[in-house]
Amino acid sequence: MNFDKELDARGLNCPLPILRTKKALAEIAAGQVLKITATDPGAVKDMAAFAKQTGNELLSSAEAGGEYVFFMKKK
Amino acid sequence: MSKKLAIIATKGTLDWAYPPYILASTAAALGYEVEVFFTFYGLSLLKKDVSGLKVSPLGNPAMPMKMPFGPDWFQKINWNIPNAIMSIVPGFETLATSLMKQTIKNNGVASIAELRELCQEAEVRFVACQMTVELFGFDHSEFIDGVEYAGAAKFFEFAGEADINLFI
Repeated sequence: MNFDKELDARGLNCPLPILRTKKALAEIAAGQVLKITATDPGAVKDMAAFAKQTGNELLSSAEAGGEYVFFMKKK
Repeated sequence: MSKKLAIIATKGTLDWAYPPYILASTAAALGYEVEVFFTFYGLSLLKKDVSGLKVSPLGNPAMPMKMPFGPDWFQKINWNIPNAIMSIVPGFETLATSLMKQTIKNNGVASIAELRELCQEAEVRFVACQMTVELFGFDHSEFIDGVEYAGAAKFFEFAGEADINLFI
């Protein structure tokens, strides 16, 4: 999937992946896509909850080899 | 209009420093307007230097005592030390605190100073209870900048309109 900015949140734990995501989204324009990589298993539900409450769109959420990759489109 | 979260922070130990700052920073990231009212021991969380916050295993039977170093099997051991022994060993709290800090670091959990800074960046409002500041003989200069000093009525001004109120 294409993306405009990448955030490496690996090794970080709650609530840092969410706080860094919020910060990274502030640096891209509406409609652009942020790719986030995390290792915190709690981030899976948290990213979905963050998207739902902020109106940003979680395009995909996947796990591969202990890493979680998210694509979020800025509102 | 954005949702509002009001928190009262009353505890001044390293472990209890986390919930108010984690919830405040996360709520701010979700678009909440957040105000934290610090009172009694919670005032310690506003000190310029929070590196002195300690965690006490005393009277806290749910606290796991695990070593944050060594081989995997060793780290999994829960050192079930009776309270009676903890209380007579000098420096036990300091030891437990340094082990806790190492565990926090190993797990990629943010420091209190870092979370607090993130709260301030996100415009979380900090209000310190003036009555307890005086009661404990603190001076405003001991606290970080950007703190408002007020009483219980100020808390209710915001809390009365808040969607979520938490006492921590």
